Amino acid sequence: MAFGKRVGLKGIQYHGGGPMLVWYFHRISGLGMIIFISTHVLASFFTYVVATGSDFVVKINKIYESWPFQLFIFFCVLFHALNGLRIILMDLWPQFLKYQREVIWLEWGIFLPVYGFIVYFALQRVL
Amino acid sequence: MRARSVPQRGLTLEYMMWLFTRLSGLALIGLALFGIGMAFYYGARNQVDMITAFRWTFFPNHYHIEAAADTIVDFDRWTTDLWQIMQLLILFFGVTHGINGLRVVGEDYISGPLKRLFWRSFIFMAWIFVLIVAVYVAIKA
Repeated sequence: MAFGKRVGLKGIQYHGGGPMLVWYFHRISGLGMIIFISTHVLASFFTYVVATGSDFVVKINKIYESWPFQLFIFFCVLFHALNGLRIILMDLWPQFLKYQREVIWLEWGIFLPVYGFIVYFALQRVL
Repeated sequence: MRARSVPQRGLTLEYMMWLFTRLSGLALIGLALFGIGMAFYYGARNQVDMITAFRWTFFPNHYHIEAAADTIVDFDRWTTDLWQIMQLLILFFGVTHGINGLRVVGEDYISGPLKRLFWRSFIFMAWIFVLIVAVYVAIKA
């Protein structure tokens, strides 16, 4: 809302293209990690330090100990780290901006095999 | 309709946090690589399962390797002061990086100086709160 217009949900709409997709995932993964770590820290505080043993804390622990959530968090961490490295590369060596889209393809080329490997072995263990 | 403000030059908060985000991101990747490297040096390849090893890489707290406590030969090595310092470093860089990211995301959808002031005050308090609770948990638990 840089110009004071009411844009509503249009500001976060996906308009297509690799660069916007990774920008979007970077935000989602960052926010996902913030939510996960905040709740995890608070739940650990009430489990190990204060030890209330209340049902609510146990329920929160159950959510992030479930395997879909663990895979989501692994996606967040790995994607955020790889995409962050790409951003640092772009900012420190702007001549790479010429090959922006190729670098994004390279990023997917690293991310997908590593994440697929993790998902495969994690699911093999769980299912 | 307001005119768009031109970014200030020099050592502003925006510039410093821009730089901090990059440097702390690199530092976090370095700390994670150190964590997983030391885990393999301690014999994680045979003693710790994959998910537990990743949990340790993310944050080297001994609660994160509890699942492999039976197979780890020398558990005391994983709970030294080195790992306490590692935890505090990761907490400081991670929490500051994350809370600043939340500030940046929020300011994309916030206009006006008063709203920004409220948002920044909230962010500052959230930063201090999460940092204190997290450090307390990491040291005590």
